[in-house]
Amino acid sequence: MITCNNVQKAFGKNQVLQGIDLDFRESGRITAILGPNGSGKTTLIKSILGMVLPEQGSITVNEQPVRKQWAYRSAIDYLPQIARFPENLTVSELMSMIKDIRPGASRDQELINRFGLKPFLRKRLGNLSGGTKQKVNITLAMMYDSPILIFDEPTSGLDPVAMQTLKALIQEEKERGKLILVTTHIMQFVEEVADEIVFLLEGKTYFRGPIQALKDRVGVDDLEAAIAGILREHPIVVASPDTTRRISANPIRRKIPGLLTSFKKA
Amino acid sequence: MWKILKYSTYDLLRSRWAYLYLGFFLLFTAGFLYLTGDVGKVVISLMNVILILCPLIATMFGIMYHYNSREFTELLLAQPIRRTSIFWGQFLGLAIALSTSLVLGIGIPFLLYGITHDPAIWQFMILLLNGVVLTFIFSGLAFWIGLRNDNRIRGFGLAILLWLVMAVLYDGVFLLCLIVFREYPLDSFSLFATVFNPVDLSRIMILLKLDISALMGYTGAVFQKFFGNGWGILLSTLSLLAWIAIPVAGIRYTALRKDF
Amino acid sequence: MLGSLILLAATAVVGRTWVINPVAGKAVLAKAVTKADTGDTLLINYGQYYEYGIVIDKPLTIIGIDFPEIDGQDQGEIMTVIAHHVTVEGLHFKNVGVSYLKDHSGLRIKRRSNAVVRNNKFSNTFFGIYLERVTNALVTGNEIVGVPRDEASSGNGIHAWHCEELQIEHNRVTGHRDGIYFEFVNNSTIAHNQSFGNRRYGLHFMFSDNDVYHHNKFAENGAGVAVMFSKFIDMRHNIFFHNWGRASYGLLLKEIYDATIEDNAFRQNTIAINIEGSTRITYRRNEFSRNGWAIKMAGGCLDNEITQNNFRSNTLDLVLNSHVNNNTFSGNYWSEYTGYDLDKDGVGDVPHRPVKLFSYILDRTPEAIALLRSFFVRLMNFSEKVSPAFTPANVLDHQPHMQPFNYDHLQ
Repeated sequence: MITCNNVQKAFGKNQVLQGIDLDFRESGRITAILGPNGSGKTTLIKSILGMVLPEQGSITVNEQPVRKQWAYRSAIDYLPQIARFPENLTVSELMSMIKDIRPGASRDQELINRFGLKPFLRKRLGNLSGGTKQKVNITLAMMYDSPILIFDEPTSGLDPVAMQTLKALIQEEKERGKLILVTTHIMQFVEEVADEIVFLLEGKTYFRGPIQALKDRVGVDDLEAAIAGILREHPIVVASPDTTRRISANPIRRKIPGLLTSFKKA
Repeated sequence: MWKILKYSTYDLLRSRWAYLYLGFFLLFTAGFLYLTGDVGKVVISLMNVILILCPLIATMFGIMYHYNSREFTELLLAQPIRRTSIFWGQFLGLAIALSTSLVLGIGIPFLLYGITHDPAIWQFMILLLNGVVLTFIFSGLAFWIGLRNDNRIRGFGLAILLWLVMAVLYDGVFLLCLIVFREYPLDSFSLFATVFNPVDLSRIMILLKLDISALMGYTGAVFQKFFGNGWGILLSTLSLLAWIAIPVAGIRYTALRKDF
Repeated sequence: MLGSLILLAATAVVGRTWVINPVAGKAVLAKAVTKADTGDTLLINYGQYYEYGIVIDKPLTIIGIDFPEIDGQDQGEIMTVIAHHVTVEGLHFKNVGVSYLKDHSGLRIKRRSNAVVRNNKFSNTFFGIYLERVTNALVTGNEIVGVPRDEASSGNGIHAWHCEELQIEHNRVTGHRDGIYFEFVNNSTIAHNQSFGNRRYGLHFMFSDNDVYHHNKFAENGAGVAVMFSKFIDMRHNIFFHNWGRASYGLLLKEIYDATIEDNAFRQNTIAINIEGSTRITYRRNEFSRNGWAIKMAGGCLDNEITQNNFRSNTLDLVLNSHVNNNTFSGNYWSEYTGYDLDKDGVGDVPHRPVKLFSYILDRTPEAIALLRSFFVRLMNFSEKVSPAFTPANVLDHQPHMQPFNYDHLQ
């Protein structure tokens, strides 16, 4: 349903995607997109969504090229990495607004119940905690029941109960025959839900296949250790100053140095 | 686009800044009307305020709103909506929200005062109209600057610079030219320089509607003649429309080529 | 038999009284004048008298009852007085007609003295009252209404030429070129008149000395009052209101000497006082409010004294274009003044500079008016005020009054 053909993208001098060839054809499958920070995970996802415009290559969704198109996005539910909402709106206002802008939501009530958002419906978004906002974010993303689901760091800020709910939801969606892409840093989450992984490194697809295949290839029985093994072989080039322009706007990205070191140590 | 516009307007009209802006104009206008009771005088005082404040607030608000709604904009970008619809909708929503504050803030006191029966109603209308046009122009320009600059500090700096140039420095250079080239006939230059800058154009359009235009002597007569005939009206309308069209087109151009 | 003339009484001392009624197609007024003797009184009853060219050649008292209308039918001058001691009262002069070669008027008094022109009406009379080489005349209570035309084809309301000792009082003049015009008129008084809506000036002095005008009101004229090439003119208690237009002013002074301007009110004039060359003038206790310019001085203006005036909410208080300034500004109230009064003596502790940078620039570059009321100009004026660099350093009011003077009586 999604194909990427030699997708290249640079931000300034920083070549983020250096020719990605990928296709996701099988529905009912969960693919985790992994890679160190700056490896191009989010850029790839945003290219599929048409938010980032690749310089080279083509992307199609449902056999339609995505360049300068917008209507194809009605086949995709997207959960952004972090969402900041208009602070003066209440949760229910935001929901009805999104539903007004993009008609066709069918599961909003169900999701509200599952995440226990009812008490918050009349509260202003500015007054919500990060975790509650993330629940709202997930609800907004999933309420359309589209055939393709893309999650960018869905676990951030969630409490264990919500995490369980999310996992269950993702499994259900898989069983209902959806194509699901997920990026995350939580390897345990990957091992629990993903059918296969795509490992991006320096803008290229380093590995694609089932988790077990990666473990076998590195020769360890732990995914985290396997990835650490790969990274040890390929020391990460620290992002050049050009990327700071893009990074500064994004609070999570500001933590990059810390995350990088934690990745290496692991 | 209309739905985005609707929600942007709605969101902004509920922010405390919009109330503050509205409250300021309400107090200022009502206070002046109460103190002087002379519509002409109040129009002049309001003109001074509007020519400075409308561009300034529109610029600052425009850039602030753009940066503050960036993440939400990304959410919208992932939806099946055109990019131009999102950004035009947000820009129009902002301009309409600010204009509403302005029109209500000035309009309510004047209505209570009974402007509808006052012959000065045209002075009042032209004042409001110019305030609204300036709001559209400067919020559009600010939005465009925001779209072109992901760095907030740089964006804010450029926006302030834009306001400073249009509202203050331009007139300084204008005056300097008049002084340096005073040996030459300067009427055409004055006219051109005025029509080119929306702040100056608004000022002259309001002044010509007021008694005070008599102070402008020969230059005023040249202006009056120009703005009194079809070409002058057409040219100044075109100038104002162009000032709105430039950021609108710029927003489209940048939005279609930008990565988010 | 003169059916229309009735002799009422005859006494040798006072003179006889004639009562006159209109007769269609007959010049009864001219006939009555011929018939009457020196010192007689003509009582003219209300009616329409279609006559012009009536010559009063002997001392008579002519009194209209209920304003009989004497209609010149645009044919020429209606009444010419060429005798001493003539009184004309209560008549309504109409329709003289425009003449470009001769200054036709409703009533002309020529080369004689002791005339009284009282409580008459003039409408559409080109020139209303024309005084030519007259000594000692009283012109009072007349209402002179012209038909507004362009300046060249309008006459003056009250026109005096080479006269002495005139008293012009309580008249209302409108719709003329000049409301009241004085040329070579000395030792005369103009008081309590209203002159409004005239094309050029409400009151105009040329080459006239030692005159006084007071308690007059000049409104909505091309310009209020013009005083040119004259000496010792006293101007008091007049109101100059809304003489407003591109080339308008309340008062124009041109080449005049030794005048006094006291207790006048100048409100909402484009230029309250426009001065081109004037010397030894005292401006005292005047109210200047909401004018474009309060005082605009050009040319050699020497030894003028400006004191105890109120300058309130004028766009520009003062424009001076001469580099030499020996005029004195002292003890005025300036609403623009931002100084303080620590010793609480009612006088500001720092001097006031009445000339703004913008007015200084305007004087050299009139086109700069295109920036009137712009933010930049306000910033510029402010910075100049804080640290003066361009404006004349010696134009200062060292004793600026903190509170406005109460000149409410000048209404």
